[in-house]
Amino acid sequence: MLVSLNWLKEYVDIDGISPEELAEKVTKSGIEVDNVEYIAEESSNVVIGHVKSCEKHPNADKLNLCQVDVGEETLQIICGAPNVRQGQKVAVAKPGAVLPGNFKIKRAKLRGVESNGMICSLSELGFSEKHIPKEFAEGIFVFPEDAPVGENVQPILNATDAILEFDLTPNRADCLSMLGVAYEVGALLDKPVKLPSEEIKASNEKAEDYISVKVESEELNPYYGAFVIKDVEIKPSPLWMQNYLLAAGIRPINNVVDITNYVLLEYGQPLHAFDYDRLNSKEIVVRTAKQDEKIVTLDDVERTLTAENLVITNGQVPVALAGVMGGANSEVTSKTKNILLEAAFFNSISVRKTVKATGLRSESSTRFEKGIDPNRVKRAGLRACHLLEQYAAGTVLDGVVEFDVLDRTEKKVEMDTKTINARLGTEIDSDEIATILERLQFDYERNDENFVVSAPTRRGDITIFEDMLEEVARIYGYDNLPYTLPTGAGTAGGLTKNQTLRRAVKNYLEGVGLMETRTYSLTSEAYIQKLVSQEIKDLNPQPISLAMPMSEDHKYLRLSILPELLKTLSYNLARNQANLAYYEIGSIFITDEKELTKQPHEQLRLSGAVTGKWLEHLWQQENKKVDFYVVKGIVEGLFEHLELPLAVEQAQLPDMHPGRTASLLLHDKVIGFIGQLHPLLEKEMDLKETYVFDINMEAVLEAHEHVPSYTQIPRYPSVTRDIAFILDEKVNAGDVKATIEEIGAPLVKQVQVFDLYKGENLPEGKKSVAYSLLYQDPEKTLVDEEVEKSYQSIIEAVNEKHQAYVRS
Amino acid sequence: MKEELQAIQQEALAKVEEVNDLKELQATKVNYLGKKGSLTQVLRGMGKLSPEERPVIGEIANQVRETITNAIEEKNTILENAALEEKLQAEAIDVTLPGRPVKVGGPHLLTKVIEEIEDLFIGMGYEVREGPEVETDYFNFEALNLPKDHPARDMQDSFYLTNELLLRTHTSPVQARTMQEFKGEKGFKMICPGKVYRRDTDDATHSHQFTQIEGLYVDKDVKMSDLKGVLNVFAKKMFGEDRRIRLRPSFFPFTEPSVEMDISCKVCDGKGCSVCKGTGWIEILGAGMVHPNVLEMGGYDPKEYSGFAFGMGPERIAMLKYGVNDIRQFYLNDSRFLKQFHQA
Repeated sequence: MLVSLNWLKEYVDIDGISPEELAEKVTKSGIEVDNVEYIAEESSNVVIGHVKSCEKHPNADKLNLCQVDVGEETLQIICGAPNVRQGQKVAVAKPGAVLPGNFKIKRAKLRGVESNGMICSLSELGFSEKHIPKEFAEGIFVFPEDAPVGENVQPILNATDAILEFDLTPNRADCLSMLGVAYEVGALLDKPVKLPSEEIKASNEKAEDYISVKVESEELNPYYGAFVIKDVEIKPSPLWMQNYLLAAGIRPINNVVDITNYVLLEYGQPLHAFDYDRLNSKEIVVRTAKQDEKIVTLDDVERTLTAENLVITNGQVPVALAGVMGGANSEVTSKTKNILLEAAFFNSISVRKTVKATGLRSESSTRFEKGIDPNRVKRAGLRACHLLEQYAAGTVLDGVVEFDVLDRTEKKVEMDTKTINARLGTEIDSDEIATILERLQFDYERNDENFVVSAPTRRGDITIFEDMLEEVARIYGYDNLPYTLPTGAGTAGGLTKNQTLRRAVKNYLEGVGLMETRTYSLTSEAYIQKLVSQEIKDLNPQPISLAMPMSEDHKYLRLSILPELLKTLSYNLARNQANLAYYEIGSIFITDEKELTKQPHEQLRLSGAVTGKWLEHLWQQENKKVDFYVVKGIVEGLFEHLELPLAVEQAQLPDMHPGRTASLLLHDKVIGFIGQLHPLLEKEMDLKETYVFDINMEAVLEAHEHVPSYTQIPRYPSVTRDIAFILDEKVNAGDVKATIEEIGAPLVKQVQVFDLYKGENLPEGKKSVAYSLLYQDPEKTLVDEEVEKSYQSIIEAVNEKHQAYVRS
Repeated sequence: MKEELQAIQQEALAKVEEVNDLKELQATKVNYLGKKGSLTQVLRGMGKLSPEERPVIGEIANQVRETITNAIEEKNTILENAALEEKLQAEAIDVTLPGRPVKVGGPHLLTKVIEEIEDLFIGMGYEVREGPEVETDYFNFEALNLPKDHPARDMQDSFYLTNELLLRTHTSPVQARTMQEFKGEKGFKMICPGKVYRRDTDDATHSHQFTQIEGLYVDKDVKMSDLKGVLNVFAKKMFGEDRRIRLRPSFFPFTEPSVEMDISCKVCDGKGCSVCKGTGWIEILGAGMVHPNVLEMGGYDPKEYSGFAFGMGPERIAMLKYGVNDIRQFYLNDSRFLKQFHQA
């Protein structure tokens, strides 16, 4: 809502307070003022002049030589504007005038002819474009004929006005009217509100002889008032009204339309003027539209209606979409003589539905949607009639033809000083509360500490005690509330076990070199099925799509974090950031329902993606490229950190490298995978060699139950034996390790691979894997024979099981 | 013989003095003290001495041996030290070459901000709770006093999946879920961080996905001044002890009275500048006293219980605190952005 302060002054005294101060006060009391705008910059010594004569400049084609009466004198002025004419009233900057930009007007000679001043356009007077009426955008501004010669143009042009832009919250629809704003400002400044005149001259003719009103859907239209105004003269509205409308962001059209808009802004009540003669009937019937009924609205668009839309008809066909827009068939034109003026109350939900269906949102529909004041409907009609008498020379016929089942009762809200103070933490006394109610102009009954407030109907947002609590608090001032801290029973607070563990996982991952990312949960059709872990696929997950996606890129809820994570890798690669180690913890969304009827399962997953060099800028040795084992090491380390057993098995997954992919298992269940992306996917996504992992974090967190306790450090020395086996290349090093562990138990405590060799000195198709075995007996010092015996049995077993022999 | 011994001593000491490397010193030692050394040779002649002379000469001989031995040992230490010194000098390295790099990652800026806020409220006795990102219309709207057709639903255009399910538009549903879980039987304090989604086109100030942290305190006799006090503590801890707060009335369907909290502008300290658009204040969060309808739907009797709630956007807080000027940065994951916030 744009609030012109000059206009506001008609209803409430705001003298002595600057626009900025007022903006600050309003903001602090609950309505944010987003902007304070001045219509024009300062100028001085610019008056209204009467162009007595206008002739071509003797020495220049495009210039005019004008004699302009400015009251005390007649000035000869050369004017280059294309639209200057004899007889016009114009804005004249006299010699000595200062225009915006510190542009001083002096006497001068133009092409040999004296010029004593300047005829101004509005932009030369510092008006911003949106405050300049269209017809004067390309030339000087022309005043109405009755403009007083010699008068300062500033007040007449409303140039000194400041406009406050109110950013209204949905509850404050009352401030979608100048009167509502006046009540609000009046309460803040403790000033009374002056109401405008709704007086109408008496008439011999009765409106009811011209029109009848019938409402078929009283729930959707509890009040319909029809006023008849005869013999109007269609012409421009007075300049002051045009100025106020422009200030409020509405373009002036003609006096009748301008008056309905003016009252809309003044009372917050939408009105509609029909050309009475074009209605072609003496009745108004309000009903819901028939299926596929048509109406051409004022914007010349044909609209097809449904039973959801409320229409105003002439008994036959629709002449307006109730509360939204009038019909072209009954539009007021320059030829209009007689008017039917509608002041009605339409149900907000019904209007909203029509707005949604038609996409037509207007100043009128907005107000109906947000709720209007039932007590102002008829009064707004009267106010418009008053103005039509004054500025359209109309005769208002006697009486309002109306349908009226509208509830206008005020809500009663009980409150008491004690509860107010208990809820606010204040010590406001009852008299002060009474003062606040008076400032708000709310009626109330008081019995000592107890109040019964009648919330005025303009404030439809006030229905319960808490609403009044806010009113009292905001007029009292939120600034005046004390600072206290809760005194209630203390609670321990803190993180759950799960949350603590998640932080530990994050700390681990970051400590070993991964950077946390946050990507979008919504992904594209191309990616929704990509890199989904096997155990998720086994659940037969159905893609979950938004009902109305905004873009193809963000349409489906992800089934894997990886695709969006890989997109960020590709983004970085394109910007010369080639060495990346990223991870993310977040939910994926699983359902097996084709048509979603219940919330999907949100499973927490941990995904990582690593590419490029693991370490950069090594001057001592070769820069190490990331490989499978770097990523595997991170995952193994994580499970060790959580004291959970991890098993890794060769696996095949679409979009993954067929020879470098493995399933991750926890207690014999697949919980994710690890490996290199398939080079084709790498190519498709503009990636380099990239390794990823994806883990069901939910399963990991659930499985974790480690409670740290102390294990005795062995008192007896351990013995280390190294052994290298020559194996067939196809034999997994891990399988041999498992055999060693099995046979070596219980003395062998740890088996580590420490070397892998292929090539020279080895037969084709063979490899050598070296293991380091740690022997330990917690009870005694080991003797050589024991170790040797175990060592030999391990060699035998490995030989037998894996056809491996010891490398000498 | 005495003279002979003294001559040997003198000669030996001179020789030791002269020697400059360990090998030569070793040879010198052998020359004088070895089995075939000159001192040993002389001592072999001891047998020809008279019994009276023998102890006298013996003592002198021992003194000579000791003196020479000491001199050699002393010289040995000097030479060894010199040799070590030389070796160490040769081992000198360029200490200005960089150390072996250690791979260190770090948290996302939003996580950092969220955990800072979590820890701050945990310190004041708040639990951290979470809820689903796909919500029912009931928990996202209705239980929060936003019935169907409520005009305030326009304020947050939503991503619906079906008529009844949507991506939550705020973390407030966790409030409703928590109240229903506690069945109106006890007071509690909680905060709930999480992802939320709105139908916004991504630009410098909008993101279709972002994060939120909500807080809720329900108990008997919770006052609005308590809300003001808690928000004041939060603002000072988060933005600096010299920041002031300002509460303004506002509107949220789930609170009444409702509050918007501003903090004084860090750049101009409240005088007004371009950062705060001349107002001296910067909007931080929304809050209010829990609406009685919300309490009631959560199973709490609004006559007996009251509460306050607040909600804030970690993106906005991070942007203000660290000067990030484009919300999309949080989701682009440009490594040059992420790394900037890894420091302790």
